[in-house]
Amino acid sequence: MPRKLPEYNAASLADIAFMLLLFFLVTTTMDTDSGLERRLPPPPPPDQDLSQQPQIKERNVFSVLVNKNDQLLVQGQPMRIRDLRQKAEEFMANPSNDPKLPEKEVKDIPFFGPTEITKGVISLRNDVGTTYGTYISVQNELVGAINDLREQLAQQHFGKAFKDLEEPQQKSIREIYPSRISEAEPKKVGKK
Amino acid sequence: MSKFRKDDKKETPPISTAALPDIVFMLLFFIMVSTTMREVTMKVKIQLPQATELNKLERKSLVSYIYIGPPQQQYQAVFGSEPRIQLNDAFASVGDIQDFIVAEREARDENEVPLMVTSLKVDQYTKMGIVSDVKQELRRVNALHINYSARKRVEK
Repeated sequence: MPRKLPEYNAASLADIAFMLLLFFLVTTTMDTDSGLERRLPPPPPPDQDLSQQPQIKERNVFSVLVNKNDQLLVQGQPMRIRDLRQKAEEFMANPSNDPKLPEKEVKDIPFFGPTEITKGVISLRNDVGTTYGTYISVQNELVGAINDLREQLAQQHFGKAFKDLEEPQQKSIREIYPSRISEAEPKKVGKK
Repeated sequence: MSKFRKDDKKETPPISTAALPDIVFMLLFFIMVSTTMREVTMKVKIQLPQATELNKLERKSLVSYIYIGPPQQQYQAVFGSEPRIQLNDAFASVGDIQDFIVAEREARDENEVPLMVTSLKVDQYTKMGIVSDVKQELRRVNALHINYSARKRVEK
């Protein structure tokens, strides 16, 4: 008659597994990387003549200046960051066709038919001494303003959230509210 | 003599812990799969700014990171306390960025190069001067798709 093998004690196996588990917990990062996505403009051609740039009408430009003390000057007036989003939305949407706000151009857009599209451009300029945190908050508000407008339009026209729409529908909305945030070429220190 | 009489003298059997390692291993595999190893040692201190309009970085293998922030305490004697650029594991200057991006591109598949993203992890108290310089360098090498790394702001 064969002798029964003694059962081995598996209690310490759990300890070993816990040790491995803790090692992985300590050496890994759980955070998903997220951030504000932007596209930089392509580098200017070297022979570009600055005086022959297309002139943009003043009413079509929403100028945001940030100085070295992190203060904002929006359209020539000081402003707090928390009011910026609303102001930018007003500028891009121009619901009452105010002659001081940007012009509109009628274009044929799929799903919408002929639609008035704003010619507005947001121009952001910062100082060398501006704090990065402030710069990101300002960018965030400007991107947020455009996202808000797109979201509103998506809800109004399709009754759905923007991110739930099909790709061609998203593209039409993106065409109506383009993300036109331009950043000024940084000035060379020597020229100042 | 009944067959069904309980043997009162018998002790309660010990609880089998044989399944416990299995449970722990399951946790272990979950964490191994859902996380990524920290691949660089941080030589600069970075406190990310907060924002609400965030996009997630989709494909981590196509992301190159540029870190900007004040050096950690132990490097401050050599590198000072002003914000510096860190590429991979070493301090770098603005001039090294072009080489870094070119090297990153060569490490990837050719048809994936247009999808590459540069993630800027910048300390929130850094001045824009150094960040603008980095951005100009990125434009020069045509690495135009960038991502300003930020944390999610919790609305009050």
